[in-house]
Amino acid sequence: MALIKCENLTLGYEGRPVVTGLNFEVNEGDYVCIVGENGSGKSTLMKAILGLVQPLSGQIIFGDGLTQNQVGYLPQLTDNQRDFPATVREVVYSGCIAGMGRRPFFGRREKEIAKNAMERMGILDLAKRSYRDLSGGQQQRVLLARALCAARKILLLDEPVSGLDPKATIEMYDAIDRLNAEGVAILMISHDILAATIKASHILHLGRETFFGTTAEYEASRTGREFMAAP
Amino acid sequence: MAQILEYLSYPFVRYAVIVGVLIALCSSLLGVTLVLKRFSFIGDGLSHVAFGAVAAAAAMKLTDQTVLVLPVTVLSAVLLLRTGKRAKVKGDAMIAMISVSALALGYLLMHLFPVSGNVSGDVCTTLFGSTSILTLTAADVRLCAWLSAAVLVLFVLFYHRIFAVTFDEDFSQATGMRADRYNMLIAVLVAAVVVLAMNLVGSLLISALVIFPALSAMRLFRSFLSVTVCSAVLSVVCAVLGMAVSILAGTPVGATVVAVDAAAFLVCYVIGAVRGV
Repeated sequence: MALIKCENLTLGYEGRPVVTGLNFEVNEGDYVCIVGENGSGKSTLMKAILGLVQPLSGQIIFGDGLTQNQVGYLPQLTDNQRDFPATVREVVYSGCIAGMGRRPFFGRREKEIAKNAMERMGILDLAKRSYRDLSGGQQQRVLLARALCAARKILLLDEPVSGLDPKATIEMYDAIDRLNAEGVAILMISHDILAATIKASHILHLGRETFFGTTAEYEASRTGREFMAAP
Repeated sequence: MAQILEYLSYPFVRYAVIVGVLIALCSSLLGVTLVLKRFSFIGDGLSHVAFGAVAAAAAMKLTDQTVLVLPVTVLSAVLLLRTGKRAKVKGDAMIAMISVSALALGYLLMHLFPVSGNVSGDVCTTLFGSTSILTLTAADVRLCAWLSAAVLVLFVLFYHRIFAVTFDEDFSQATGMRADRYNMLIAVLVAAVVVLAMNLVGSLLISALVIFPALSAMRLFRSFLSVTVCSAVLSVVCAVLGMAVSILAGTPVGATVVAVDAAAFLVCYVIGAVRGV
């Protein structure tokens, strides 16, 4: 069974549909990139999967024992956070709250999870540094570690490399590759169509025409050829 | 020193100090969240609503004004947050609208139903809280202690969740936290603190108690925990210092406390700039 399966999904704001009749699924170990023009509903789709917006119609089904609050999420950086006084440790720990039920404070289990996530992202040595003093690439890895604390099997990434310099971009893609190789499914919004076709196992294209299939199928399709040829 | 000890032998001075410290503590704790969430102006808007409510309570000749003022302020806090992002009138404009209306209505009511012969004196007292801190009864102090205790307990119990919601509301909500409930909790606590703080500094100066300690602490520290603790300590110290100065020099309590807060901010700013934070 798929981790996430969308059936005949229609999304929009205030009754106006942005995406209609969408069908796709994400299975364990998949690497799915969502591509398409601005305003085609990529972020809306992600918010619907996270339960932040309600679909106008259709269904989002979670399978394989996955529940909505076990989806790890890497949002785009907001201005609020750039000067936020918080240590890396404080930010990463906040990813553990979903799994704590009603307990008010962190226990041994949360410390374990957070340490493990920081190790996997290679930021253990930054734990006591302040988040606002880090580079853009480091900040993204901190937020990815936080997402890992909340995630069981899948990560949703909203343009994880936007605003990063080339070196940090490569490091970020490598980090995502490693997680995917460890069995974490990836669902990522990307503006970088070239990187998307190199990295992803499947492509979901939103726009006038929707397309969902393997990367090879996408590259052979008319939608894919037109989108990739566009300057 | 001896003079201060002599003043402390009066119960009304002791009450004032107790209430002042509690208010300073609560307002500074919430201030960190409000400043970081870019909600500073909500405290300001609510204080104007509270002014309107006080005027209405006085016009209705209520003996215990809190009975009216607290519910009205809490309700406004809930309304202000609820309108949030999707409203037709945007949040900041909404707050400006509500706060000036409450201010105007309050002044109007005080004119139409004067409590004493000296209307401008009454208005001044409500806006700048000149003497009300020194006329507290034991019941006022008890109410203040209960409300402060509630604010403190809730803040500590929900500390990690308040951090998460403050840092990243979308992420918290995506991982199953009811972020809107925590926003509501924060709004209700802020409303309670505003009502309490009217006694100390009057309604125009409340925002200073909320934002100055947090801003000062943020000049000096880089983690959320240290900013929160520093903000609380700084706020209490400034409040005690301000009250002491006002008793000894005979200056208005609220304005003196706020002036000390502002001075503390300047000091922290300079220290921060020198250390290059």
